[in-house]
Amino acid sequence: MEIADSRVKVKRLSDTKKSLLFLIPSLILLLIFFIGPMVLTFIFSFTNLALTGAAAKHTEFVGFENFTRMFEDPEFRTSVWNTIVFVFFSAILGQCLLGFLIAFMMKEKNVTFRRIVGLIIIAAWVTPEVVVGFCWVAFLSDNGTANWLIGLLGFKPVAWLFSFPMVSVIIANVWRGTAFSMMVFQSALDEIPKEVEEAAHMDGATRWRIVTSITIPMVKGTIATNLMLVTLSTLGVFTLIYTMTGGGPGVETTTLPIFMFKQAFVSYQLGYGTAISLVLLAIGAIASLIYMKILKTKV
Amino acid sequence: MLKKKAGSIAGLLSVSMILAVSAGCGSSSKDASANDGKTEVKIAWRFSGENDITTKYLENDFIPEFEKANPNIKIKLSPITASEGDYYSKIALSMQSENTTPDIIAEDTFMLNADANAGYLTDLDSYVKDWPEWSNYTENLKAGAIAEDGKIYAIPGSSDSRGLWYNKNLFAKAGLPADWQPKSWQEVIDAAEKIKETSPNAIPLGMTVAKASGEAVSMQTFEMLLYGTEDTLYDSETKKWNVNSQGIMDSLKFIDEVYNEKKLAPSMSIAINSNFSSVMFQDKFVNDAAGIILDGFWNTSNWKENGPAPVANMTERFGFTAMPTENGQGAGKVTMSGGWTWAIPAKTKDKEAAWTVVKALGGAEQQAKRAIADGNLTVRQDSAENAEYQAQPFIKEATEFLNNAHFRPANDNYPNVSVEIQNMVESVATGSKTPEAAAEDFAKNVTRIVGEENITK
Repeated sequence: MEIADSRVKVKRLSDTKKSLLFLIPSLILLLIFFIGPMVLTFIFSFTNLALTGAAAKHTEFVGFENFTRMFEDPEFRTSVWNTIVFVFFSAILGQCLLGFLIAFMMKEKNVTFRRIVGLIIIAAWVTPEVVVGFCWVAFLSDNGTANWLIGLLGFKPVAWLFSFPMVSVIIANVWRGTAFSMMVFQSALDEIPKEVEEAAHMDGATRWRIVTSITIPMVKGTIATNLMLVTLSTLGVFTLIYTMTGGGPGVETTTLPIFMFKQAFVSYQLGYGTAISLVLLAIGAIASLIYMKILKTKV
Repeated sequence: MLKKKAGSIAGLLSVSMILAVSAGCGSSSKDASANDGKTEVKIAWRFSGENDITTKYLENDFIPEFEKANPNIKIKLSPITASEGDYYSKIALSMQSENTTPDIIAEDTFMLNADANAGYLTDLDSYVKDWPEWSNYTENLKAGAIAEDGKIYAIPGSSDSRGLWYNKNLFAKAGLPADWQPKSWQEVIDAAEKIKETSPNAIPLGMTVAKASGEAVSMQTFEMLLYGTEDTLYDSETKKWNVNSQGIMDSLKFIDEVYNEKKLAPSMSIAINSNFSSVMFQDKFVNDAAGIILDGFWNTSNWKENGPAPVANMTERFGFTAMPTENGQGAGKVTMSGGWTWAIPAKTKDKEAAWTVVKALGGAEQQAKRAIADGNLTVRQDSAENAEYQAQPFIKEATEFLNNAHFRPANDNYPNVSVEIQNMVESVATGSKTPEAAAEDFAKNVTRIVGEENITK
């Protein structure tokens, strides 16, 4: 018995070693392309690293100066607030809720219908972000479709990107991102056994009761995962906002990624920019922790 | 069993990825050997789109002639496609490494101090010393190529001046003279108001205000106003920044008056568009839908035969007049002048070859050709005598403006201060801040950038 045991152990050990051997290349890649830049970002955020000017030649450690400056900077506070508004309305309310609703309404519908509707929604998602940005700029421009439509109703044209910049970018992002949530929820909803809902129906539960007491609890894990994925990807949205408004007018649509880009590449202050990116990372981590805590699921 | 297989596939994949990455790194050495012994000199400039003038000039005028005269050098064009603001970041990034640096770059004079201090540029003093043609360069434009440390870091390539473009058709309708010369800011506003009355669908007065337009906001709009007041932005004697001046207030109030109070400006969706200048000069102005625009001389290149919006009789249709000072004080007129230069990055390998190319680019005939192509002013006195150059539309006016020209502060903080100017101007024009609040934030931010000790109290 004992001999057999040790044989298994030897075999296992060599298996671990073998798998390690195979893992090494990807570990090296991870180190070079993920961990390395992260460590560098951390180090640079404590320096006055600049793209040009004397600081580019003589980079020095400046302690927490970038961070104190950030918290004193009203534009930073505005950007954090804009980021929260943008993520809440476009990711959580917009994409997740709308995605769930569409998936729910398409449940058990005719296959052809599902395919056609699904295709249309996914088309928005597979379109490159910069193209989506330009489509929306054209749609909302002075002579764009949006103004033509409200013109039919007798309204005067509106300078959408100037008068309602945040609403415009939120709607554009919802339009683009809903497909992802819809697909995630669709697959989760399809997994729910029909019998459970039918049984509840037989017991006299209302449609609303079935949704709140059976459907949602059964896809809770998916909701958590989806919320987290969508929040994290929306926190990082840059291209869409940059092509539509460039963060303006003023700082009205400047979210943290745009603020970071402006400080690092428009004002040439790379050190300050990396410090902002660290804060963005922290916000993402905190948001993920909160989701896991609230929904009590392991992801 | 299945797991094992998956593991080895993953292993193979990662190995092949590493190989692919290293192969990618090695490919650059291949190009260099493919030039049959010729030295390759890479020129970088900002590529502005399919009508890019510099590309046409280099390809059609410069390269064929140069390569015939210098069979050992092959010029490689390496245009950088970017907005004006992004160009400076991209070029700075590329100059940081020997592997990515171009051999010659087009450098805007306002970036010269910052890039020289960053150690990106080659000090050209010793090269220029043995170059007799340097004495033909206009004296005050040489200053733009010299950094704070007194060394020459670039050779001027083109210069410019700014003024008020006006549309003679709209002026006639408004009963304004065809040879207009306003004597104060008030007269500019009066003219714009008349245009508003007589041509309600036209844009009376355009000034660049969107941050997206970058340096143009600072130079074409704000500094054109500020240097027409009693104040300047920077005191080159004391090396201090003037951030609390009445001139700043007056300039902002003028912008506020035009954009908000009297609504003489383009609609916000045009004003904050990053293509403001193309919309105004290629569409509105040529279609008699814009009356007055405060902008640069180079806009004539829009209307030339091979430009994006050809106008055959531009001198009959449009006028170009000097920007007046605030109340007509001083000489009564003001302009800002800047321009582009050619510089050799510090990490360029073959500097002798690069210098040969820069010298050729700076020759009398080439400088005239470049200025004509760009619709800009030349930087050499002998090029200015070229007959074709002198026949360019509006060249007389633009050259005359230079008598009252100011230059941007030769200080390596200028690019950062300029970003603050752009924020300030946009916030006033869009009405998100009052001139007072915007000026206060500007003073605070510039103090942080340059340090308390470098501010005029």
